[in-house]
Amino acid sequence: MAGLRGAAAIVGVADEVSPTGELDTTGHALEAAVIGQALEDAGLTLADVDGICHTASSMDMAEYLGIHPTFTDSTMTGGSSFEVHAEHAAAAIAAGLCEVVVSVYAATPRSDRRLGRSGRRGPVDNSNPLFEWELPFGVRLPMAPYAMAATRHMAEFGTTSEQLAQIAVSTRAWAGLNPRARYREPITVDDVLASRPECSPLHLLDCCLVTDGAGAFVMTTAERARSLAKPPVYVLGAGTCHDHSIISQMPDLTTTPGVISGARAMAMAGITPGDVDLLMGYDSFTITALLHLEDLGFCAKGEGGPFVEDGKTGPGGSLPMNTNGGGLSYTHPGMYGMFLIVEAVKQLRGEADARQLESPEIAVAHGSGIVLSCMSTLVLGTEATL
Amino acid sequence: MSAATPPSLPLRFEPPIGPASGPFWEATRRSQLVLPWCVDCGRPFFYPREVCPMCFGSAIEWRPATGNGVVYSSSIEHRPPPVGFSMGKPFVLALVELEEGVRLMTNVVGCPPEDVEVGMEVSVTWEALSDGRQLPLFEPAPGGSAR
Repeated sequence: MAGLRGAAAIVGVADEVSPTGELDTTGHALEAAVIGQALEDAGLTLADVDGICHTASSMDMAEYLGIHPTFTDSTMTGGSSFEVHAEHAAAAIAAGLCEVVVSVYAATPRSDRRLGRSGRRGPVDNSNPLFEWELPFGVRLPMAPYAMAATRHMAEFGTTSEQLAQIAVSTRAWAGLNPRARYREPITVDDVLASRPECSPLHLLDCCLVTDGAGAFVMTTAERARSLAKPPVYVLGAGTCHDHSIISQMPDLTTTPGVISGARAMAMAGITPGDVDLLMGYDSFTITALLHLEDLGFCAKGEGGPFVEDGKTGPGGSLPMNTNGGGLSYTHPGMYGMFLIVEAVKQLRGEADARQLESPEIAVAHGSGIVLSCMSTLVLGTEATL
Repeated sequence: MSAATPPSLPLRFEPPIGPASGPFWEATRRSQLVLPWCVDCGRPFFYPREVCPMCFGSAIEWRPATGNGVVYSSSIEHRPPPVGFSMGKPFVLALVELEEGVRLMTNVVGCPPEDVEVGMEVSVTWEALSDGRQLPLFEPAPGGSAR
């Protein structure tokens, strides 16, 4: 599966977050701001853009910007949407449909809540099985489905709350090195276990944040990338798979479709998990990150608990994971997958300041969407990996 | 199986009736749990659809289920909303795997929340909805035990 390897590169990234968790702008204005920053990062302008990706409406976004793209993608797979956008953009660029693609995301749930801008849930849709077969039982979204995955993993494999907590602890240690992170003070396993129970077995500190945030990436051909402002970060491999939409339809709550997306992306890239210098693995909850470690092949199924126990995913560990502080401590506006890509690119370029890894060459951004439903894996590499 | 007294106010978000699930909800009025079976491949599936999600067959028939199953997974909701069916008390959300092999979302009632375990044997019980339909909940099976 040679596929897309090396055909396209990410040449610009930007994200907007705040340690307060709130941003001053919202909506298309915030999206436009972060697009502008990502284009500036790349040394390109809006006039260069001929492809647009947006999770709500790529048409509305393009109209707002006043551009007339020849590649358009409104794919919405929840938090993994931006890995899917990157996959589609690389394919479109490789096929010659377009040359410069922008994907953008902005959401401001924290300030929306404070300012009373939050919308109400939409009308009951009798053709949506979520309304008929899950919500009547009091399913709290998105937390409860992940809690049920954790319960099942514990029952099948003996995984403990302490092991899950260690993921939050290691991730917080990374956040301590990132001045833009929402929470930076170190925490302990006991702190996580003592935080209030939400949906058992998950505690508050097993859960991602609710913050404002925005991000964008710019992708172009490998050839054009080499003439731009920053070192290109090449798309080496990409893969996507979903095996359910609502949690009661998930075939096995301990195994995500990341098994398939990850294997496809790594085969396309020609790598194995041992080649990965940085894993940006979507951590909506501690259990989410643990499932990624198993399903991407960093450890065997069922061994995620013992694998993380020694803190190897934290600073100085053998498998750096979520070096920006993750959804657990950096930011989580709702669909966090964009921030996985932004951090992976910054690390591969050597722009990660105090948390910078030593000369990383290969990073994996692994997005997880809805309720463990859609996994999308992106393998990114420096010039040296081509 | 026992039906609860209809409440004066709706205690739950009441399920809409989906385009393929009329027979399911009609049967609940008689405290009967029924499942759609695919005539072509001979297997039950859930939730109800117009086509079989295993073989794409479109000949569907409804058959009674035993109402027995085991807990596949569960979670205690510790922060339930102050209004609604739980009246602010922690409750158990569970995925139950029926003897027929299909899995459905439900609540386990009739025992302390912390007693619910993966593998626990459960049987269907019914809670009245405002329109005469009933919602299938599960309770520990009489004489049942954790696996």
